[in-house]
Order: sequence, then structure tokens, then C-alpha cells
Amino acid sequence: MPSKTARILRAPENFLTQEQITEVAAGRRSFLRSAFLAAGGIAAGAVAVRAAAAPTAAPRGAPAGDPAILERQPWNTSLGKPVAARGYGLPSPYEANLQRRESPGLTRVNAASVSFAPLQGLFGIITPSGLHFERHHQGWQDVDPAKHRLMVHGLVRRAKVYTMDDLMRLPSVSRIHFIECGANTGMEWGNVAVPTVQYTHGMLSCSEFTGVRLSTLLDDCGLDRVKGRYVLAEGADGSGMTRTVAIDRALDDVLVAWGQNGEMLRPENGYPLRLVVPGVQGVSWVKWLRRIEVGDQPWATKDEAIHYVDLMPDGRHRQYTSIQEAKSVITTPSGGQVLVERGACEVTGLAWSGRGKIKRVDVSFDGGRSWTPARLETPVLSKALTRFSVSWRWDGRAALLQSRAVDDTGYVQPTTRLLREVRGTKSIYHNNAIQTWRVDPNGEVSNVQLA
Amino acid sequence: MYSWREPLVLAALLAAGAAHAGEGVGRPATPAEVRAWDIDVRPDFQGLPRGSGSVLRGQELWDAKCASCHGTFGESNEVFTPLVGGTTAEDQARGRVAALTGNGHPQRTTLMKVATVSTLFDYIRRAMPWDAPRTLTDDDTYAVLAYLLNLGDVVPSDFVLDQDSIRAVQQRLPNRNGMTRDHGLWDVKGKPDVRAVACMKDCGPEPRVASTLPDFARNAHGNLAEQNRTFGPVRGADTTRPAGAAPTGAPAAAPAPAAPKPAAGLALARANGCLACHDVEAKRLGPSFRDLKARYAADADAAAKLAARVRGGSQGAWGPVPMPPQRQVAEGDVDTIVKWVLEGAR
Repeated sequence: MPSKTARILRAPENFLTQEQITEVAAGRRSFLRSAFLAAGGIAAGAVAVRAAAAPTAAPRGAPAGDPAILERQPWNTSLGKPVAARGYGLPSPYEANLQRRESPGLTRVNAASVSFAPLQGLFGIITPSGLHFERHHQGWQDVDPAKHRLMVHGLVRRAKVYTMDDLMRLPSVSRIHFIECGANTGMEWGNVAVPTVQYTHGMLSCSEFTGVRLSTLLDDCGLDRVKGRYVLAEGADGSGMTRTVAIDRALDDVLVAWGQNGEMLRPENGYPLRLVVPGVQGVSWVKWLRRIEVGDQPWATKDEAIHYVDLMPDGRHRQYTSIQEAKSVITTPSGGQVLVERGACEVTGLAWSGRGKIKRVDVSFDGGRSWTPARLETPVLSKALTRFSVSWRWDGRAALLQSRAVDDTGYVQPTTRLLREVRGTKSIYHNNAIQTWRVDPNGEVSNVQLA
Repeated sequence: MYSWREPLVLAALLAAGAAHAGEGVGRPATPAEVRAWDIDVRPDFQGLPRGSGSVLRGQELWDAKCASCHGTFGESNEVFTPLVGGTTAEDQARGRVAALTGNGHPQRTTLMKVATVSTLFDYIRRAMPWDAPRTLTDDDTYAVLAYLLNLGDVVPSDFVLDQDSIRAVQQRLPNRNGMTRDHGLWDVKGKPDVRAVACMKDCGPEPRVASTLPDFARNAHGNLAEQNRTFGPVRGADTTRPAGAAPTGAPAAAPAPAAPKPAAGLALARANGCLACHDVEAKRLGPSFRDLKARYAADADAAAKLAARVRGGSQGAWGPVPMPPQRQVAEGDVDTIVKWVLEGAR
């Protein structure tokens, strides 16, 4: 029997004496209950007693309560799955509705296409790696890290080759940054085109990236700091994606990254190596990065001379437009959703700026007539997503929800009208206008644009 | 930030034997390695290889390797936006494409946009044909580009493009003066071109909704109820029902039924890019899978015949557009896809 003075309860093994066992074997079970009580409320015993009791009968008429409480569920009446049954975890099947999705009709071949991250269901600022948006120009590849090489050459003293082993021996840093495709929200330049925040803003993700600074590699190769004014980054995929990055930026906060959210990059995001160019549109974050060339002029590659050029009203294309200016969007409630009940509703969304930190986000419920400052959730990081929230009581009336970001340069996110006055409607890229969601009295939320 | 302490710290580090970060890591690149990878061509033609190709030779290559995606005349809009069209002789003289202003031209073709001929050479050499990149020789690249330029009336039919004549072509590109870098969106300190004001109350006129998604497009992105969580303060709208049908406090949408597993054949066809050119029901660039089944239903050798065409390519059976060989599809998978097609692609 357990000692009454013991401070730690003994495990229930062998708490019956040999005589008691003999008594039980002889058929005198009546004392068992007291024996269990004597064991000091040991969980195993208590559960066994409760389980043996008959369930309470529900009173006639009104239900006694929620069946989710009153009825035993499979997960508390059966043995669960063992550890490591799924060595690399998966989300619950109940989360299957949140998927990367293609927008029907956007492209005609899905190897040169886009999948959008389900922003409507994400929390905080980090995008799960498996839901990070994709943009491929010639299909994604799963590159063997043992055969992957990074070459640095051009205006450097020593052209060098690095293996993945080499790179991961170098001093690394981890930084949280957003990545947004230059064409994010591009379908909405002229008018409303898609229903939900996944399709309006889902070419946006934010991760903790781990890698070596590009400046470390350029120093190691002996960068020619006088003549070297641009670098060309090139990918190992079929498109041989190539983008020019100005040297000041390359030496500032650009990373050559292998890690994403604590794991290696996913193949769809450039495994085993990609460029991370904070604040700059995603196309410059070259995936499957294999080559860095230093030069004295920009390259005008296909994706900086035929695509990712912004058509202005005067018929000129702007070339090398790269910075993603301050932008925000409400993710809950957002287009294609239905508010389940009146009353308490937490309005939340994301804000970001390619030029620095988010300083403030304002939310409007009346289509921009009046504004309320939102709470910024920490951390608030430079060139990273910032989560904002406002508590709202929805009274069942129609509302026009908007959010407006202000960054630490003082830049204020513009209205659609203001942006169109300068850029026209055929720009495709860099649409950072204020988004409007209309809440109807029936609770349904839809994507609208204001005059 | 400069600090007087820095030189001392640096000296201390050096004294302690601290190495610079990359020392001893990596190895020199050999000249042959740099040559193998350094294939970029810049607007000033740095990197341009020696070689040549005629419009005539380009046409042969085009019909065999390029037409399936870009059309016989570079005009196709089936797979990618058209390469050619929308430019005039006046544009060529001026170096600006007039159709880029106003709404006169529905599509912006490659030749309407491109300002540097090096861009075309570089991209064709590095990334074309789309499904078999880097299989063109330098001479092939010159020839294909010569043909493309000929389709756009930039060079005559008897033109031979080489490392010298390409320089003159630059002066004939219709939109060579159409690019500008005069904007604040390249430099992190660049000047934004809009300056909004963060008004807080009584801002602007009463809002008026000017654009909404048309009713017919309500379900164009699928049932949004299946694209949202089934718990929490919101549900996805059931877009299989007309707008306004969902009452306030709609009961929680039942968990979306698990999508039926696509047939293995369909999954493989999708994974291997077959759906880029073929649809199950409708004719696209190539015949639909259902049409294939209809034509070959009675043919006892159909499976072997179709498998051979997938692997080796095909031309003429369904029209002038050839299907390139699909060597990326594993042997067993070809058979599974073909079997699935011949069973009706369900």
C-alpha cells in the first residue's frame, strides 16, 4: 500500500497485496472498490470506475447539451497513432480546404504558371512552406544537392565554384522576409477580376530564410568594387532564369539561401539554393541558383525586357521596376467568405513594404470615409509581413472594409484611383492599391472596387 | 557606422588568427567551366557567340521545334502570347510601337515589347525549345531568330543573321526606344510616383462601388466553400448557389467532401505536362483524349501505336501542328496514360 506521508504518488503497479489477490481469485471482489480508492485517486483507477458507470440519461424534450460534449468521440475512446507514424508531418485532413490553387484561365500551360497561397486561412506572418506560392517559368525541378554547384565569376579576382557542402560551412544568417510576385494583384488593374484574397493577393508569402550573405561570397571571390556595378543571378532550371541585381543591393541584405522555416527549401521554392532579395519582386529571387556573374551593365534578360516591364499610359515600358511598395490587405473577413454571426468579429490582415518597416495600418469600415488605427502584432520587421488586427462588432449592416499601410519612409498606400492616375490600367505589375471588401447584410463578403 | 575601436578590434581578431569568412572554402572555377555556363548575351552583345543562320534554315527549325507552341507564323495565342504582330513600318522607323498606347491592339506581342535583340538571342539559346531547353546549337539559334525577325518584317527573307549583322538588326527593332528606367522603383531609396495622404475622418466623397465580379463568374474559381476552413468566424461562400442565397448565420458548411481521386492516368498526364496541349473533352492544341479514344477504339494496335507516338513525337495525324517527342515521361507511365486514354479518359 502506498505510504500516506509520501509526497510522490507511487505508480499503481502491484498495489494489491498477495492476500488481496488470493481473495479476489477466491471470488471476493467486493473490496476492490475500496482498494482502488485507497490507491489515492490514481488516474487509471478513476477512469476505469467512470467508464463502468452508466451514461446519464438525457431528459425528455430539450437536449441535455452539445453532443460533441455528451457523446464520447473516437479520439478519446481508442488508441491513437504512435510517434513518428508520419516521419515528416502532414496537416490534418480537416485542413484540406487550404491549398495552393491556380486561377482558372490565367495561363494556358501549368508548367509556366502560378499557384496562389491561401492567405484567407493563414495566421501570423510566416507562410507554411507547403503553402508558399509558386511561380515557375519552365516547370519546377528537384535538383540533386550533391550535383548542385554555385559559380561566381565575372568582375572578380578569382572565379570560384562552391558545392552545397562548401556553402553550408560559411557563416550563415536567418532573416524573415516577405516575397511577392511583381504581378500580384495584377489581374485587378482594370476592374474586379477574381473573387478571393487567395487570387487577388496570394502571390505573397513570408518565411524565415537561412543562408550566406551574397556579400560574403563576393568578398571571397575578390569583387572588383570599382567596375562591378551589377550582378546577374541565374537558375539551374530549364528557363535558366536570369535577373540583374544592382551591386549596392547585392552587397546589402541579399542572401544565397538554402533554409526556409527551419527546413531546407522545398523543391517548388528552389531546392537546394535560391537567391533572397528582400523588398524586391519575387522574380529576382532566382530559384535553383547556380551562377552569379558580376558585370558593369544590366543584362536586359527576357524577364527584364519582355516580361516584368510596366506599360505606362504614354506607351513606354518601365524596365527594372523591382521594389514592392507598401501594401496591405484584410484577410479576414475577405472576398468569398460569409460571416457566420453578428457581433464580435476580429478583422485581421497583412501589411508589408519593400522599403522598410510597417509603421502604421489603418482600417476603414465605410469605404475610406473614416479610418481607425489597427493593432500591429509583433514582430514588426523590415521587409517582412506584419500582421494587423482590429476588433469589430458587426451589426448586420452592409460595410466596405479597407486597410491602408504606412511604412517608415512615410509612404502611404494609395487608392486604386490615385495609382491609376499615374500608371494607367495596363501596367500588370506593382499594383499596391488599397483593397475593398464589401460585407452584405446576409454576411457574404465580396471583392469590389470603388470609383 | 565608423568607430575608432574598429581597427583595434580587427587587429585583435587578426592576432587571434581569425580567418576571413570564405578562406579555403570553394575552389577556383576552370576556364572551361566558366565557358560552359557563361552563356548570357548582353544588350552591348558581350557574350555573343560566333555563328550564323539563314531565314530559310530558321523556317525548317521553326516548323519542327517552335510551331507547336508559337504557331507557324509566330502568331499563335494557344499556348503563349503571340510573338509577332502589332508592329508597323512606321514603328520600325521611329523605334516606338504606336499600338502600345490606347486600346487598339488586344495583345502585346513579343516584338511589340522587346527593345534589345540580344534578349531574344539569349533567351532562345538558353531556354528553347520550351520542353527541351539548350538543345539548339549557336547556329540554330541564329537561324531561329532570323526566321522570327523575318516573320515580324524586321529582316528580309534572304537574310543571314550572324554575329556582325545582328548589330544592324538592333537599329530596326520596332520598340527599340520604348523602354525607360526613369522611375523610382529600382532603387530602395527611389522616389515613389504617388503621394497619398493618410486622412483619418471625413475623407473624400461618399464611396461608390464601381466594379464587382459579375454573377456569371461567381463560381468561376470553383466552390469557395471548399477553399475555406469549416470552422472559425467565417465560412467560404457556397458559390454553387446564387448570390444572396446564403442567410446570415448560415449553418456551418459541412466539411467539403474529399475530392474523388483522379484516375492514375489523369494524374500522370497532368504531372507530365500532357494537359498543356491536350484536354480531356475539347480540342486544344492537340486532339482531346476523348477524340483519340473515338478514332482508335477499333484499332487493335492502338496502345502500341500511341505509346510510340508519345515517345517519338508525331506529325500529320491530327493536323499540321507536330507533337514533339515526350522523352520526359517514364516508360511505364506512357503505357498507363495510353491505356487510360483508350479506356475513355475517365
